Amino acid sequence: MDFISTHLLTLILFIPTAAALLMLFLPKDRVNLLRWWAFIASLIPFALTLLLWGKFVPAQSGFQFTEQAAWYGVLNASYHVGVDGISLTMVLLTTLLMPLAILTSFNIKERVKPYMILFLLLETGMLGVFMALDLLLFFVFWEVGLVPMYFLIAQWGGANRNYASLKFMLYTIGGSLGLLLAIQLIGVVVGSFDLLVLFDKWPQVTAISLPLGLSVATVKAIAFWAFVIAFAIKVPVWPFHTWLPDAHTEAPTAGSMILAGVLLKLGAYGFLRLVLPLYPVEAKTFAGALAFLAVAAIIFGALAAWGQTDFKRLVAYSSINHMGFVVLGIAAAALAGNTPDAVIAVNGAVLQMFNHGLSAAGMFFLVGVIYDRAHTRDLNDFGGIWTRMPVYGSLLLFTAMASLGLPGLNGFVSEFLVIRGSWPILDLATALGMIGLFFTGAYILKALKLVLHGPLNERWAKLNEISTREILVITPLAVLMLGIGVWPAWILNVINRAVQMWF
Amino acid sequence: MQFPILSVLIFLPLITGIVLLFMPAERKTLIKSISLGTASLILLLSAIVFFSYNVAAGGYQFIEKAAWVPALGISYYVGVDGIAAPMVLLAGLVMFTGVLVSWGVDDRPREFFAFMMFLGSSVLGVFGALDLFMLFFFFELAVFPKYLMIVLWGSPKTRNYSGMKLTLYLFVGSMISLVGALAIYFGSGLRTFDMIALESAGFSLVFQRLWFPFVFLGFGILSGIFPFYSWAPDGHVAAPTAISMLLAGVEMKVGAFAALRVAFMLLPDGARYWSTAILVLATINVVYGAFIALIQTDFKYVIGFSSVSHMGLVLIGFATMNRQGLIGAGLQMFSHGVMTALFFSVVGMVYDRAHTREIAQLGGLFRKMPVAAFGFIVGGLVSMGMPGFSGFIAEFPIFMGVWQAAPVVAVIAILGVIITAAYILLVVRRVFFGELPEGLSNIGDVTIKDKISTVLLAAIMIAVGIFPSLMAPMISSGVDHILALFGGA
Repeated sequence: MDFISTHLLTLILFIPTAAALLMLFLPKDRVNLLRWWAFIASLIPFALTLLLWGKFVPAQSGFQFTEQAAWYGVLNASYHVGVDGISLTMVLLTTLLMPLAILTSFNIKERVKPYMILFLLLETGMLGVFMALDLLLFFVFWEVGLVPMYFLIAQWGGANRNYASLKFMLYTIGGSLGLLLAIQLIGVVVGSFDLLVLFDKWPQVTAISLPLGLSVATVKAIAFWAFVIAFAIKVPVWPFHTWLPDAHTEAPTAGSMILAGVLLKLGAYGFLRLVLPLYPVEAKTFAGALAFLAVAAIIFGALAAWGQTDFKRLVAYSSINHMGFVVLGIAAAALAGNTPDAVIAVNGAVLQMFNHGLSAAGMFFLVGVIYDRAHTRDLNDFGGIWTRMPVYGSLLLFTAMASLGLPGLNGFVSEFLVIRGSWPILDLATALGMIGLFFTGAYILKALKLVLHGPLNERWAKLNEISTREILVITPLAVLMLGIGVWPAWILNVINRAVQMWF
Repeated sequence: MQFPILSVLIFLPLITGIVLLFMPAERKTLIKSISLGTASLILLLSAIVFFSYNVAAGGYQFIEKAAWVPALGISYYVGVDGIAAPMVLLAGLVMFTGVLVSWGVDDRPREFFAFMMFLGSSVLGVFGALDLFMLFFFFELAVFPKYLMIVLWGSPKTRNYSGMKLTLYLFVGSMISLVGALAIYFGSGLRTFDMIALESAGFSLVFQRLWFPFVFLGFGILSGIFPFYSWAPDGHVAAPTAISMLLAGVEMKVGAFAALRVAFMLLPDGARYWSTAILVLATINVVYGAFIALIQTDFKYVIGFSSVSHMGLVLIGFATMNRQGLIGAGLQMFSHGVMTALFFSVVGMVYDRAHTREIAQLGGLFRKMPVAAFGFIVGGLVSMGMPGFSGFIAEFPIFMGVWQAAPVVAVIAILGVIITAAYILLVVRRVFFGELPEGLSNIGDVTIKDKISTVLLAAIMIAVGIFPSLMAPMISSGVDHILALFGGA
């Protein structure tokens, strides 16, 4: 018991990997065994995360449950993990969505074993990013999560999967090259990769004794943009988003759920955990540019979603739209630093990350449900589905409303907080972002109308209602959407304390 | 007296090779079994050297010294430091796996395995040598078996051309470096080939600047430095599988290792003078080699050019002449050796079954040979510098070193990463995934020996990638000594 409480993060982090390795020895034709093994293996980290949440002390500042062990001592990099309110929220999101995604994947029939192994490895990769307190360790997890996702898209994806998976991989690796260079530079200059040391020292660096031929301010500005571009690609911020619609559309349903639900948050988390604390000066200088990109993402994302005829592509573009609000909140914090308004904006941004995780995973899941039955995602082919699938219809309506930001559901709370916090800081950008909200309503209602309402297309007269397993996947998401919408305090308490400490 | 483990390592394959040549040619299984037994023993002994090397003490260990030609100052002098010990392990690994995947060789196996043993003796001799003459002696010992193995067992179409090209290139290389080595011998005034004595010979600045290029380029050709690399892809592709593994996996490291040991360590001021030129050439290796790999249509040529690209990183690491760069270069030598041995072994497994190396005619092989495909993918991830694998552990410190020496090189060389990612992902997809061509529907899986070899090599790259402290502190201890010679820390 003692071991569990002192190594809680390590256990959460590596139980999926251990389960994946053990899975290598399970027979590949016992499909049900494999599915349940993976499902249970992903429930354990979730249960441990609940334990973590219970033991977490929001009032305490700094990182909790920290562990440190020797790793790459020659470079002064160590296995250093820990969580604060921001990362804890993200860990909860990840461990919550993972079992749901695996439950969704019970309909995978081909090569179940490698599929489940990749999924479990993916979980470790994502969790590692949220827990890492060492920059090199952060980068390791940041990159390594790409590999399982690449294979999930390339092997179990749709018709255009080869193109989409290669684009996804090269885009993100390419985007990380600058980050990699900047991390090396920081390591050389400071002589450590420990984040707690770097937070302290890197912003204070005033002289760099490298043969660069550039002023320190310029070097830092370039390094800042290297970080920003790597994270902006992942979020994704317009104009770095073009990998996303392809990857999301071609990925298998559970892959899209995790991509939109968790992977995009890695980018936003990178902004919060690394960019703002490491580059306070540069962030303030370039906050206007960030805000501009955020607004462009909100508006163009919504307009692009409106223009889609593929249901899944529409949901994919909606992620760009929603993640724009996260970036808007971050931009506000970058400009205003530690002011009450900025704190509200970042609170909203973190909550929006969590909320978008719920609603995007839910939406991709529901698109997958209808695709499994109809084998098409063309919005113009649907129509009147509600009469055939009333339960599905109400769930889709509910999730779409949460995504749209209907008061009483979760999306409203976080978007309101972002806007409330950003308005006094970035009034023009916030106002433009609110226009984007209008388009959000438009594309969601368009999708709902084309799928659920209107005359029933005769092709769908025999569609089956959503199954019990599928309802089991969406129920926890729906409960949380409502729960956060009505009573957000339980999660904001945890987030707020961490945010106040940092900004 | 302690057990002379290095001498046993160096001479065991040589003696085995000679014994094999006297055996009846038709006892093929016995010949292979003896080879495997020797290779296993080499692996075991090399692992003992690696794991019992005392990192805290550092310096040269397992030293043995005996007079050889005292009149000329030549001695039999062996020992390993923190850089050489991983190289010895690498040689053991590639010998062992090379024999495993060559089990199917049916054409004159007696000579095949005997020559392979000579090659093993040669590389182990170089890695262990602390005497310059002895280093040359073992260096040259490889020429003859290499040439014969390519010409006799290589791909019929290109083996004569490639074997000749490789031999001539390397011959010219060793001539040049021999001239440099003789200059060092006479210039030192010590009349000795003892490299530890020569380290503190105090060569004049002019002398070092004049003779460094000879020694460096002579050995550098064997490590594939631009623009003298073109023997490498041709030779590696024409060679039979096990020899490709040994050539790219170990022989290229012999070149880099000898360049470090003789050129950098004996002539440090010369190295500092020429380091910018080396950085430029090696950066071309990295980026240009990766581009050429990207456009290959022959599976084996992709790997051949990828070696050119990756060896560039080793040379870049040397040329930084600082702690991180050298640590990274040492790790990269090991990592690339294991990786490319794995690559060439899988290419061989595919070729043996599909009888083609044209990427366009391959596909869907994951279903036919999952273990080999898995191994290739792990190698690919190492090649891409993916974190969690040994390639990242090696490349990261190299780039940290480059930032201190020449930041612009870091920015250019990092492009190699993305190009590498592109060609690796494409070749993995085209060969192992997608549709299985009709002609290949009947091919079988790889043998159990192939699987052992593949899994062993893949596991080592993952282990070093996840636990860099398995190897990095040892290499770091070797680097301490080199930095002292450079007059640094």
